[in-house]
Amino acid sequence: MNQKKLPTGLRSGLGTFGDTMHERWLKTPGWQRWILYVALIIGALLLPSESLAPVMSPYTDWASILFFPIGTYVVLAIGLNVVVGQAGLLDLGFVAFYAVGGYAMALLGTRLGWNFWVILLVGIGICALSGITLGAPTLRLRGDYLAIVTLGFGEIIRITARNTDEIGGPNGVRGIPHPPSVEDFQLFGINFSEVFGVDPFKYGVLDPRPYYYLLVALAVIVIILVKRWEKSRVGRAWAAIREDEDAAEVMGVPTFRFKMLAFAIGASIGGAMGVLWAAKAISINPNDFQFLLSATILAAVVMGGAGNLPGVMLGAFVVAWLPERFRGLQEYRMLIFGAVLMALMIFRPEGLLPSRQRKAELQEGTGGMGTLGAEVPGPESHGEEVASK
Amino acid sequence: MLNDFINQFWPATIDGLAFGSIYALIALGYTMVYGVLRLINFAHSEVFMIGTFGAMLVPFVFGINSPLTGIALVGLIVAMIVAGMLASAGTAVALERIAYRPLRQRGASRLAALISAIGASIFLQELFALLVIPTVFNRPEQGRIQMGLPRIMERSELFSVFGYPVRVDQVFVIVAAIAMMIVLDALVNRTKIGRGIRATAQNPEAAVLMGVDINRIVRMTFLIGGGMAGVAGALYLISYENTNYYIGFLFGIKAFTAAVLGGIGNLRGALVGGITLGLVENYGAIFFGSDWKHVISFSILVLVLMFRPTGILGESLQQARA
Repeated sequence: MNQKKLPTGLRSGLGTFGDTMHERWLKTPGWQRWILYVALIIGALLLPSESLAPVMSPYTDWASILFFPIGTYVVLAIGLNVVVGQAGLLDLGFVAFYAVGGYAMALLGTRLGWNFWVILLVGIGICALSGITLGAPTLRLRGDYLAIVTLGFGEIIRITARNTDEIGGPNGVRGIPHPPSVEDFQLFGINFSEVFGVDPFKYGVLDPRPYYYLLVALAVIVIILVKRWEKSRVGRAWAAIREDEDAAEVMGVPTFRFKMLAFAIGASIGGAMGVLWAAKAISINPNDFQFLLSATILAAVVMGGAGNLPGVMLGAFVVAWLPERFRGLQEYRMLIFGAVLMALMIFRPEGLLPSRQRKAELQEGTGGMGTLGAEVPGPESHGEEVASK
Repeated sequence: MLNDFINQFWPATIDGLAFGSIYALIALGYTMVYGVLRLINFAHSEVFMIGTFGAMLVPFVFGINSPLTGIALVGLIVAMIVAGMLASAGTAVALERIAYRPLRQRGASRLAALISAIGASIFLQELFALLVIPTVFNRPEQGRIQMGLPRIMERSELFSVFGYPVRVDQVFVIVAAIAMMIVLDALVNRTKIGRGIRATAQNPEAAVLMGVDINRIVRMTFLIGGGMAGVAGALYLISYENTNYYIGFLFGIKAFTAAVLGGIGNLRGALVGGITLGLVENYGAIFFGSDWKHVISFSILVLVLMFRPTGILGESLQQARA
């Protein structure tokens, strides 16, 4: 309604472009899509190339920041998107599950000497369980109450880790083992370290690229799973809950169970990333799991366009990459980051790449997920409403 | 264990009441904004932080570094409270104008407003750490270091409760906080602006139709909520004598917890929630040690929400939520 007052030229231009692309995409036959998917995965694998480094990251090692923060944020954002974007549950303590995964790796690896792959599976299980444990009492709450409870839970986990000396207290855990390496990897007689200059399965201290490849593999698996869920009965149930929980309940959707499922899945993804991150990091401590990380991941999800997977990944990339790229601004980077976050929400509240549904809702003025605008109309929109009647 | 509790009961009660009053004053800002806009004003924690620095400015400008007495002390304290109020209320109104109103007028989701608030929060913290503290307070390179307030009043014992001393500053914080609450309660229940605020909280559309200027009401809500946070900032500074750019975070979460505990949207609930939270966390600290203070208060929050999701007093500024 009052959109025409805003500088919409570029926005609507981008929107039309997006729509044509989307329609094309829907018409593309399956095999062509697969070509694109494979190309994207290869692109992701080639990303840590040295030639990109001066442009993308002049101040820090490009391959390192591709693993953390960029890749890590992307996977975490995919996980949080299940909870926030799909099921519409506002979770401000997502970092808790990442922490649980990290501590699972650290403790099981150093104390019991378990293998990374075993811990990965066990860690995912533990996180799913902790998601359910948190969800069971709290998921009956709605909206903002849930937000504050999850925020509290995130802080409880961090402070408990800090105060419990059995798990290292404020110093955390050191000497976390790396995943088991396969050195001098060969495929079809090609020695990778000689031909490509990287040993893809050698998990040492120096080269971050093998970890990055592992992360890409994890991300691909997670994306496939999440996409399948989104298109299934589960995904439709989540959408129904997000749009109107009461209506969904009346229509026979067991809302509580599906909300728990969303929490458990989101938690498992966060936990898997925690395990992987801890396996590279060697040492972790409670300060790695501050509230700011939860807020940043949530910002990535919302900024990218909650509910739309490519958008969320783009958002996570931007949120992780910008502060690293502008490390030259040194101290000022967080100041600018805050301002950019505000500006993006003011000028593009639907996110960078919103799902079509969300965009439509915004045009209707309901915005989805409960709005400010619909409940408190400004005098302008009110005036137009009256005029149109 | 029980002996510890008996020994420390009164000191913990007094500390709890003092902290609780500060939580309550901050919680008012959350609860009012939530009542009117149904928005968690995440940047409110920074409004409190700026209040502490606004109050800090007064003794800094006048170069006070020894305890005062009599009329000079009263004047200084009043000036500090007013400065804190002005700084905070100004920040809150600017926040509303810059970070929320454009979103509101576009019909953006509440989630977008939350992100905008988180952005504003980071921005304000960094602004203080990098620019305001080093330049205004003349502390180059020390923006991130805790800043102390010189002692402005003698902390003599005013009276004692069962043999435990109660200091002047503690009584002062509690009394001042309760006085502000009474003023605010009258403001919301008796004045025209208060009626507008209540009407908007109840039903914004009907309020518009009845001729309430929503934008003005929202601005006033932020102004009043910000002012209360500014008072809280000044009181905190006077009694605990230090502040830093990051101080808002924990107080913000605690105050929001207090608001939810008392029933968000309910002004008296903020008082009850704040005092309850302050007391419970200080009693809990006797049993589990002060390291666990924050864990205790969040656990209490989870428990209360499980058994009484609308908080202790329920939600009253608006209708029951869907």
